[in-house]
Amino acid sequence: MIEFIKGVFVISGALLMLLASLGILRLPDLLTRMHATTKAAALGVILIMLAVAMHFAEVGVAARAFAIIVFILMTAPVAAHVIGRAGYFVGSKLWSGTVKDELRPNYDPLTHQLKSGHETEANARREPKESDPS
Amino acid sequence: MTGAIWNLLLALAWVVLSGDFTGLNLVVGLVFGYIALLLIEPQVESLKGYPGRIPRILGFIGFFIKELLMANLKVGFDILTPPWHMKPGVIAMPLAARTELEITMVANLISLTPGTLSLDVSDDRKVLYIHAMFLDDEEELRRNLKEMEHRALELFR
Repeated sequence: MIEFIKGVFVISGALLMLLASLGILRLPDLLTRMHATTKAAALGVILIMLAVAMHFAEVGVAARAFAIIVFILMTAPVAAHVIGRAGYFVGSKLWSGTVKDELRPNYDPLTHQLKSGHETEANARREPKESDPS
Repeated sequence: MTGAIWNLLLALAWVVLSGDFTGLNLVVGLVFGYIALLLIEPQVESLKGYPGRIPRILGFIGFFIKELLMANLKVGFDILTPPWHMKPGVIAMPLAARTELEITMVANLISLTPGTLSLDVSDDRKVLYIHAMFLDDEEELRRNLKEMEHRALELFR
């Protein structure tokens, strides 16, 4: 039984990594590529590490496998976020099939200010005060 | 926090008293310590809220793994089949999280689930900009993101 679970984990982990590399080749723009690489690859590593921990069934190996999983979970999203953000603001083109972009109108490339889009609404609903300059 | 320390101390006492120094026995000690804390919770003021938090954390981990697997299958299917089914786009999600730590946690969780990638937080920390791969059902996506944020914030508050 445990052999079977181990095998399933190793094979599906390797398949996920293959999917991630296929994703880099096939997907059309930077942001969608970041989706494929970081997450599928992270899940692949996690599955393989689980299989490793089960195979050796020793405290030392299991502890190291667990540490690897924790560090992957901590670093992968940060790396994806930083690369994606840098690419977006440097101006990498989005895919032509992109349906909407709510960030672009709120970003000022000169001052690097990023508005939330809630300021104007709040300003519109604001009651005029006596201290306002007339 | 006091609850976690007490749980660990009880587990250590269990390991020492039973004389079996293995990892498995420590887990058994943790379980019995947890049950003991659960029983005395109504009487002890400083333990309030600790026993209830453990099932919530476990429930969140289960929910997160389910989301992770489902979304990975969806992305994988789209990569393997020739025509593109995806409708990528950048959406703005209003944040319920307020402190830096909470925003970091929520953004990381959103980045970890395939199909969504957090891009940036607005300067006034009210809105998180997310790149999503599947925008065919935007309402559904927003509801899922909100549920994830809600569950994550429950762990801190």
